[in-house]
Amino acid sequence: MLLKEGKNHHTYKVLSVKLEETELEKRLQALGLTEGSLITVLNNDKKGSMTVKFRGTRFAVGKKIADHIHVLEV
Amino acid sequence: MKQTINVGFIGNPNCGKTTLFNAYTGANLKVANWPGVTVEKKEGHTHFEGQDYKLIDLPGIYSLTSYTMEERVSRDCILSDEIDVIIDVVDASSLERNLYLTLQLIELGKPVILALNMMDIVEERGMEIDLHRLPEMLGIPVIPVSARKRTGLSILMHAVAHHQTGLAQSPLIHHHHTPQSVKHKHNHHAEFAMVYEDYIEDKIDAIREHVLVTYPDFPNKRWLAIKYLENDLDVIQKWPLKNIDFKKLNHETDIINQKYNFIEEIVAETLVNKSSKEARTDKIDQYLTGKYLGLPIFLLIMALVFFLTFTVGDFLKGYFEIGLEYFSTFVGGLLDAIHANDIITSLVVDGIIAGVGGILTFLPNIFILFLALAFLEDSGYMARVAFVMDDIMSRLGLSGRAFIPLLVGFGCSVPAVMASRALEHPKDRLKTILITPFMSCSARLPVYVLFSSMFFGKYAMLACYSMYVLGILVAIAVAYILSKIDGSTADHALLIELPEYKSPNPRTIAIYVWEKVKDYLNRAGTVIFLASVVMWVILNFGPQGYCADISQSFGSYIGKLIVPLFKPIGLGYWQIIVALIAGIAAKEVVVSSCGVLFGISNIATAEGMNAAFSALTAMGFGIANAYAMMVFCLLYVPCTATIATIYREVNSRKRTAAYVLFQLGVAWLVSFLFYHGISLFLT
Repeated sequence: MLLKEGKNHHTYKVLSVKLEETELEKRLQALGLTEGSLITVLNNDKKGSMTVKFRGTRFAVGKKIADHIHVLEV
Repeated sequence: MKQTINVGFIGNPNCGKTTLFNAYTGANLKVANWPGVTVEKKEGHTHFEGQDYKLIDLPGIYSLTSYTMEERVSRDCILSDEIDVIIDVVDASSLERNLYLTLQLIELGKPVILALNMMDIVEERGMEIDLHRLPEMLGIPVIPVSARKRTGLSILMHAVAHHQTGLAQSPLIHHHHTPQSVKHKHNHHAEFAMVYEDYIEDKIDAIREHVLVTYPDFPNKRWLAIKYLENDLDVIQKWPLKNIDFKKLNHETDIINQKYNFIEEIVAETLVNKSSKEARTDKIDQYLTGKYLGLPIFLLIMALVFFLTFTVGDFLKGYFEIGLEYFSTFVGGLLDAIHANDIITSLVVDGIIAGVGGILTFLPNIFILFLALAFLEDSGYMARVAFVMDDIMSRLGLSGRAFIPLLVGFGCSVPAVMASRALEHPKDRLKTILITPFMSCSARLPVYVLFSSMFFGKYAMLACYSMYVLGILVAIAVAYILSKIDGSTADHALLIELPEYKSPNPRTIAIYVWEKVKDYLNRAGTVIFLASVVMWVILNFGPQGYCADISQSFGSYIGKLIVPLFKPIGLGYWQIIVALIAGIAAKEVVVSSCGVLFGISNIATAEGMNAAFSALTAMGFGIANAYAMMVFCLLYVPCTATIATIYREVNSRKRTAAYVLFQLGVAWLVSFLFYHGISLFLT
């Protein structure tokens, strides 16, 4: 499933991060959002952007990013 | 002892690196670009205990790969002889994220000193960092500093002097916690802070043997081996290795993951009392970033900010104005008493005091606005605004954060343009700077009030209000059209850290507000001073020299010259044009200039307005002209102070000029439409 389809307060394992922009993809990697890492959805109530938590830090991510991260429920 | 020690400052964006760098170098800086690229390079010098230091400010980056120009520049610089010691500036309040770059830096092999910045925030959040354990785990000196309070600065330079060779490394003490790292075939823990799992370490050791043969002189062979395993294209190209197919050896993800695993170990061992504030943040976020409450709460907070800015601010402003008038009369009297030349008196009183003083009276508004913004920023709420507004703003091709500058623009364009600095992408920033002046600032209100009261009678309020709406619509339209042109909706993606909430620190807020106020005062003292003098010369001098009659001044000649340009928009009257030119100094000057130009001393009163109204209608200036005038004032070139701010933010004369011309063009076009639209409607 896509990260954007995630439920609030559920934790997922990242399967792949494939963005159009390599730079942004690498930045997410440097922030620790790698394949196999865990990501918790905090607030996914809106249509567009959502808030998540990974590697101990909260982030707001736009739909363009959330739609390109494949995750698996753990 | 070496003549000069070269110190490189590096760290994540927003970790306080530049503040720390400036604390050492002061204004004594050399700013240039890195060779061949447009990334800014700053150099400065400092002296400590008989030793000279050359400080180099490296770009703010998150990692040391080679995907962005900033990362490549930093890495090449550190690898070269240009740098002896690295100061890694770390935001102690987000240790997890910052330590990733630290581990990469340590791996590079040059001496690294960790400057632990923002310890005060860590303490405010009720957390503690084990300053004994952290250096044991990293193997490098860790110095707590505060860039803002200028503490720990000497100790940091002391550490640099002592660790410049990298030989005096602290002992590494590693405890095994995770089950997979309990046993190592290699005992690398005594040598390196970052030790990977065995299957990676095996490969590192194997590749290291190859490097030893091919590049015997390369100083840090382990680093090279790790970079090969990360499939770093830059490294593979620069130092090719035969007989190894790196495509099959891609362990980039493993290497990042294991670094983060180690960071988790570090944080678990050194950061004490972390979870207590987390639960609170989650609870607050439920409301502040909630689907239904997020937006209303934000709008409410902003309404409060504006209420404070314009009620309390205007209240104080009244006193400033009284003070200014008193001062102006006093100086006028003084100059009279010493029998100063009329020209000098006019320059000082009508030119400088009126110009600079007029701007200074806005100080209370500016002060309160920034006080409120600092409060929101320091509490951690500002980052949430980006999230709350992102969906709406992204339709305009702008980031959610751009909403703040636009909103501030209702108060004053100067801080609004300054506030656009918070935007991460340069493209976003430039676009926001371009459209911010369309938001109707408070200085434009007197112009609306004057013309709408004269021509719109009981609909005056409505006419005034329509200006605000029109400004928003024009800003939205311009942003939308620009985003269609450059297609920026396609690549816009929000990614912003949401820090934990904390009660704002009075000191931090004081520093923030003082910096903005100082900026504002500086500008009043320089650019606005000059502009006031220039405007005074234009309006008080003519071909015959000094003239008391404004209709003989250069200003009137310029006005008469460009009348044809303003005829199509219903403003083809030289007095109006001169008032508009004067308005470039500050928009509210349009009102006082109209008074001077039509020879009415009390234009803001009912009596004065009647006189002005008769004067204007006698010239054939009607409702359509009045509305066109208001529209033009709303949209045309922002005041000198704003232009100066734009120039400082975009750092290009050409671009600033282009922005000014664009805004003039938009003002002309929209006024044209309204003038002819209303004229048609009335006939």
